[in-house]
Amino acid sequence: MSVLAALDIGLALLVFAVAAWTVFAPGAFAATVGYVVYGLLLSLVWIRLFAVDVALTEAAIGGGVTGVLLIGAAARLRQAEMTTVGEAPSGVTRLFAACLCVLVAAALAGVVLLLPDQGPTLAPQAMERLPETGLGNPVTAVLIAYRSFDTVLEKVVLVLAVVGVWSLAADRYWGGAPGEARAERPEPTLAFFAQMLAPIGIVVGVHIFWVGADEPGGAFQGGAILAAMWIILMMARLTEAPQTNAFWLRLALIAGPAVFLAAGVAGVAVAGGFFAYPSGLAKPIILFIEAFMVLSIAVTLPMLVAGPPRREPRR
Amino acid sequence: MRFVIDVFSVAAIGGGVFFFLAGTVGLLRFPDPLSRLHALTKADNLGLGLVVLGLLPRTESLLGALELVAVWALVQLAGATAAQLIGRAVRRQGPAA
Repeated sequence: MSVLAALDIGLALLVFAVAAWTVFAPGAFAATVGYVVYGLLLSLVWIRLFAVDVALTEAAIGGGVTGVLLIGAAARLRQAEMTTVGEAPSGVTRLFAACLCVLVAAALAGVVLLLPDQGPTLAPQAMERLPETGLGNPVTAVLIAYRSFDTVLEKVVLVLAVVGVWSLAADRYWGGAPGEARAERPEPTLAFFAQMLAPIGIVVGVHIFWVGADEPGGAFQGGAILAAMWIILMMARLTEAPQTNAFWLRLALIAGPAVFLAAGVAGVAVAGGFFAYPSGLAKPIILFIEAFMVLSIAVTLPMLVAGPPRREPRR
Repeated sequence: MRFVIDVFSVAAIGGGVFFFLAGTVGLLRFPDPLSRLHALTKADNLGLGLVVLGLLPRTESLLGALELVAVWALVQLAGATAAQLIGRAVRRQGPAA
């Protein structure tokens, strides 16, 4: 057995062990930490499968942003967790839930095992038409050219998620700012870290977006890194979340899907089809759309993390 | 020349692996959070540092070498910050936590 095969098997076992630990961990916080580790290990798995784009997304979203969201949720639930210890679900309920989980897992495993060895694939067609888009990265071509309508809808879902989070605000806080206020004296360690990291992270985020046309990367991964920089600045309390009724904020939230949709509709008039790009101009149009998507993602994810408004809006 | 580089790489990466192993053993065996943190930072700092040092002569370009050093520096920054934050939380809650 070669060294790489042994490493792959070890990695798979480790992923499995961390998944099991996440399920059986005592308390929400420990489970969340397990889940973040699980996400990071999964991104290594994706790298071993030569899917670097997926690995980047998994690390940024699966490990990073989701991890922050879940840690925030766990911290808020800690109080409730302590007071409801006696109200844990009964044995029958647990057994039922366990059976259901095993059933779903078995069904999924069965489906995966029943797949034909040579699965149906559109990869050759995708690669064949790639030059027409002017892009070098087939993943970006699938996201923004071949299946652009799916991608628009994904971005609309993100906007809806922000609306959902904001709707949890009390009436008097509607339009106010979420999260903690900017501190007079920010936590020194975290503030130092944020000040050192943010300039590097912003450059890396923009770079990942820009190279996404030809190499692994893209709007989502780049936007997620930019979002992480804003999140860490807010966590260090060097800055505070803007008021949710700020016009620029709402514009930035919808800029990505709006520009994307407008480009799709313009395709009807210019290129003869919904989401068709005029030949020769596909790459500049795709990069133009992606730039606005980066902006929207970089604003949407921090707003999801910041949570519902918790202060009265200033007039 | 090739041979010298190979020996250097094996020695440095082997040293790095040793520090990762020692750090992991320390993380599992040390009695309290602060000394566990101490063990962990050795893995970050020396372990990764030696692995990067061993890989440096094998990079294809200067840019690749700089990328490796940058990765190490960023891990240093993140590791040191996390260790400080955890250390502070431990001090606030008392060592029993």
